[in-house]
Amino acid sequence: MSTDPRFDGPGPDEVWRTALAEGRLLLQHCRDCEATRFPPAMVCGACGSPDLEWREASGRGVVHASTTVREREGGYNVSLIDLAEGARMMSRVENVDSGAVRIGMEVVARIVPEPEPFVVFDPAEGGAA
Amino acid sequence: MSHPLRGRAAIAGIGNTKRWNAPGRLPFDQLQEAAILALEDCGLALKDVDGLFCAISSSGLPVLNAAERLGINVRHADGTMVGGASFLFHLQNAVSALETGLCEVALICYGSNQLSAGGRLASMPDPQHYETPYKPRYPISSYALAAARHMHEYGTTRENLADVALAARAWANLNPDAFARGPLTRDEILSSRMVSDPIARADCCLVTDGGAALVLTRADRARDLAKPPVHVLGTGVAIGHRQISAMPDLTTTAAVESSRHAYEMAGVGPSDIDHVMVYDAFTITTLLFLEDLGFCPKGEGGAFVSSGAIAPGGTLPVNTNGGGLSCNHPGMYGLFTIIEAVEQLRGTCGERQVGGAEIALAHANGGVLSSQATAILGTAATI
Repeated sequence: MSTDPRFDGPGPDEVWRTALAEGRLLLQHCRDCEATRFPPAMVCGACGSPDLEWREASGRGVVHASTTVREREGGYNVSLIDLAEGARMMSRVENVDSGAVRIGMEVVARIVPEPEPFVVFDPAEGGAA
Repeated sequence: MSHPLRGRAAIAGIGNTKRWNAPGRLPFDQLQEAAILALEDCGLALKDVDGLFCAISSSGLPVLNAAERLGINVRHADGTMVGGASFLFHLQNAVSALETGLCEVALICYGSNQLSAGGRLASMPDPQHYETPYKPRYPISSYALAAARHMHEYGTTRENLADVALAARAWANLNPDAFARGPLTRDEILSSRMVSDPIARADCCLVTDGGAALVLTRADRARDLAKPPVHVLGTGVAIGHRQISAMPDLTTTAAVESSRHAYEMAGVGPSDIDHVMVYDAFTITTLLFLEDLGFCPKGEGGAFVSSGAIAPGGTLPVNTNGGGLSCNHPGMYGLFTIIEAVEQLRGTCGERQVGGAEIALAHANGGVLSSQATAILGTAATI
């Protein structure tokens, strides 16, 4: 086999999901330009470098934009969260009425294990609402 | 010195089935009818077509299906699929292919049965694993997030968005072929059912069936065909992202780049444009594109629209067919922006005709503000 060793090991999506299943929130960082990469990928979106490394994320974030999806049985929140490390992800803010979720609100990540592990956010304790 | 592709290709024929609710017809039935209409419009035949360009929501192999059904042998083809803007990506490719001799007669075509097949956006096999767990209403919630951010940054209001829908309806009321006609008030729009805040039902485009097609040749050949040629003065395309979470700035689209390329190729600027078509999947998209195409400064789209500028009698005629909001929206609307621009430049728009229109701009969007494509078209007088 003559594969390029830089790309050996599980793919980025697999790393992300495996970490979540272990209760860990990891983010890719570019070793060349320090940009964060999300969703996970093989190259840095900012500079094109393939030299990315996984680091533990703080879980802290701020609501960048928010909407309430209206269904007959009620509405639920969908938000874009800017993580403290610089990545932006789609998620939802729980434990607060969706209509009360404001742009700029400080939130903290929580991993929901079922059915497939995924990340939601709660309002930060004492954070600016 | 002008760009080597400026005006070299021309739209010779257009086809529009205008069958917005046509049960019993497949997407490829609409596509075939539109192709025949476009060829008859300019006096060419299927046997003349040697370049085929198409995209269709429900088919992963649209070029193969269309070529087989139309019975044509092509030597150049492009099935680029970037959502509703696909056909303007095809247009750019067709202009280049005609100029370099890769083909002589280019057919760009599309068909849909989205309404009669059930009224939902045909889902493409393109799951987004990082969004699915949160159940955003696709694609509405993505546009809602952009609208929410525009409101936050620039003070844009739901009333501003409602005025986009009002202007579209006012134009549709001048177009006998528009699907949604009749009186509409700001209060009706504002009180329509909320879907994904701040986007309500009346902020969303129609769901219709439809088919459309263009025939292009080099300009010298188009001059000898049945209809006055509409020259492609400039084109530009740009891709920003796939998922809304990856959009670098929710209030500025890649239309900034696509239009810059198109303006440069055409050698014109926003103040030279007589007639504008922008892809209005939602009211917010009209606002964003008016800003990003340079018709008003960033953040002032709401005030610009609410001043009456884009409605009949305003300073800038926009979406004169009634747009995706009130004329038709079969799922991938892009080709219809070109069809209306061509009709305006031919001067065949009747009551909604823009007087003395010589240069038109058509802009299309795909995905969730993801792909952007701009075309600038001109009459023979602009060459």
